[in-house]
Amino acid sequence: MQLAVNVAVLAAIYALISCGYVLIYRVSRVLSLAHGELMMLGAYGLAVTASLFVGHPLIAIGSAALLSVLVGVLVYVLLMRRMTGESVLAAVLTTIALGILLRGGMVLAFGTQTQYPLQQLGWINASLPVGPSARISAAGLLLVLATALVYAGLFAFLRMTRWGIRMRAAGQNPLLAAQRGIRLHGVYALAWGLATFSGGIAGMLLACDAGVEATLATIGLKAFPAALVGGLDSLAGALIGSLVIAFVEVALISYVDPLLSDVVPFFVLLAMLVVRPWGLFGTREELDRV
Amino acid sequence: MTAPRASGYFRIRYDDDIALVRTRTQRVWLGVLALALAGFPFLANSVLLDLANQVLLVSIGAVALMLLTGFAGQISLGHAGLLAVGAFTTGILFKELAAPFWITLPASAVAGALVGLVFGLPSLRLRGLYLAVSTLALHFMVLHAGQEYETRRGLSSGVVIDPPSLFGFALQDGRAWYVVLLAASTATVLLSLNLLRTKTGRSWRAIHGREAVAEAMGIQVPVAKLSAFIVSCTLTSAAGCLAAYYRGFVSAEAFPLFVTIQYVATVIIGGIGSLLGALLGTLFVVLFPQAIEASMNALGLTDRLSSMIFAINQAAFGVAMILFLVFEPQGLVGIWRRIQAWFLLWPFGQKPLGRP
Repeated sequence: MQLAVNVAVLAAIYALISCGYVLIYRVSRVLSLAHGELMMLGAYGLAVTASLFVGHPLIAIGSAALLSVLVGVLVYVLLMRRMTGESVLAAVLTTIALGILLRGGMVLAFGTQTQYPLQQLGWINASLPVGPSARISAAGLLLVLATALVYAGLFAFLRMTRWGIRMRAAGQNPLLAAQRGIRLHGVYALAWGLATFSGGIAGMLLACDAGVEATLATIGLKAFPAALVGGLDSLAGALIGSLVIAFVEVALISYVDPLLSDVVPFFVLLAMLVVRPWGLFGTREELDRV
Repeated sequence: MTAPRASGYFRIRYDDDIALVRTRTQRVWLGVLALALAGFPFLANSVLLDLANQVLLVSIGAVALMLLTGFAGQISLGHAGLLAVGAFTTGILFKELAAPFWITLPASAVAGALVGLVFGLPSLRLRGLYLAVSTLALHFMVLHAGQEYETRRGLSSGVVIDPPSLFGFALQDGRAWYVVLLAASTATVLLSLNLLRTKTGRSWRAIHGREAVAEAMGIQVPVAKLSAFIVSCTLTSAAGCLAAYYRGFVSAEAFPLFVTIQYVATVIIGGIGSLLGALLGTLFVVLFPQAIEASMNALGLTDRLSSMIFAINQAAFGVAMILFLVFEPQGLVGIWRRIQAWFLLWPFGQKPLGRP
């Protein structure tokens, strides 16, 4: 039972992070390897706003979320916009460079000590019982809920709203979409904003659960196999992929060897790449367009 | 050799076309370079010597990555893992069997070739991004294997290696290392230069251009891809072996993802598709942190920020990479070629021909 709860929380973390990879990849065919760092930036953003608005936790969270959307849009407008039309390699390398820039910059700005934004918000991370024998932390429960909300919101957004349909069109065929009058730069900027928003939410909740320090970004890298196992251009795939990775990881940690936890996601990833490179739910012809 | 040449130089025999060094100017400058490299250890102090050794050490791996990424067009994010393969092969052979240098170096090369085969296998099915990701996954696996060895043997702080002995000399002195590393680096560059002119090298360029066309021209694409991976990985792994001896210890913590990024940066900053670029990029990547530290010393900030120096380096590195990617995609070699063209064409061609 406790195992199932652990799997659910870990899967929620991975799913919340990996939907950022999927969004950006699906819309603009760019793989953002700076996503882990952007997530960490969201967490530090919460730490800052929490100390600014002491006593108003909801304002702090709202402004931190807004900040992360803004950061995502800015990253696109100032940097990634220049990379449209360049080779895949150049775009990926730009995100890697952005990643190490952010990583270094955050250590400079916030130091190396662990910060606990939850205390500043004035909340406590209670441990709640689930069923007869298992427990879940309040932040963990919040993570699962937030993941469900974000995914439901994204599905609805992509299916029903005008901008969501534009995003799908731009992802399917940018040239045709542009000729139909869809402003590609606006759509891409929105995708970056949304991706950074969801990543930022994940970062904030992780920060509430365990504090935020400079190594948080590595979780972003571990969530990446989840996105790829599910299929880089499929949101539902990211959800399933996260469940698979989380299940394998938790099972191996509790039954085989805790040291394996860092490498297992990548092992699953490699197996997937050999058998079915486009992922569980990805579209097959993607591979040749890359 | 695509840069414009001054008039008056004609190739009238096949020998002229085959020669690596073609004109008298090139010969003179190469002579000057050789003299400078030979004289360097007598003039430099130990700090400069260490820096030079690091440059030479990194240059081997950078040239290897340039062959793979710059010429064959296969993206690899597993370079740190490959260095670790060589280093751990050396460390394990030394620790378990007390093997001498003459065994560990070839063994590292062979291990590198085998891992290169494994790294290369996904490239037969995957392209671009997916290939990069698969090499990234392999990086984590190699490091995990190394860590597993360390914990199993109870060597939490890494494997300590004695300095190797060559022809009865123990390699402890910076000068002795300089000679060995200079020889290794020169051998790598010469090997790569010649390899690129052979059928293998030309097939790499062809698959970089377009795989389907290369295949139609009769190039066996799988063979070309695998050979690129194997050659690059062998060289890198051998560099890892040398690095292990030079540092005197092997640890999984010495090969983080940042090392891979640094090597990729040498290729990007140097300029893709040029061996000279790999060397220039190496110089930049090794000397850049030193320059930052020196400028911080000059500003008197070192004491206050000494704990932050790694973060500053990282951030500055990211900025440099972004600037090159956005404003100078051809890298340092692009700048160098433009300067060359400016002088060659002066006073007529203020804009380099064919390069918008």
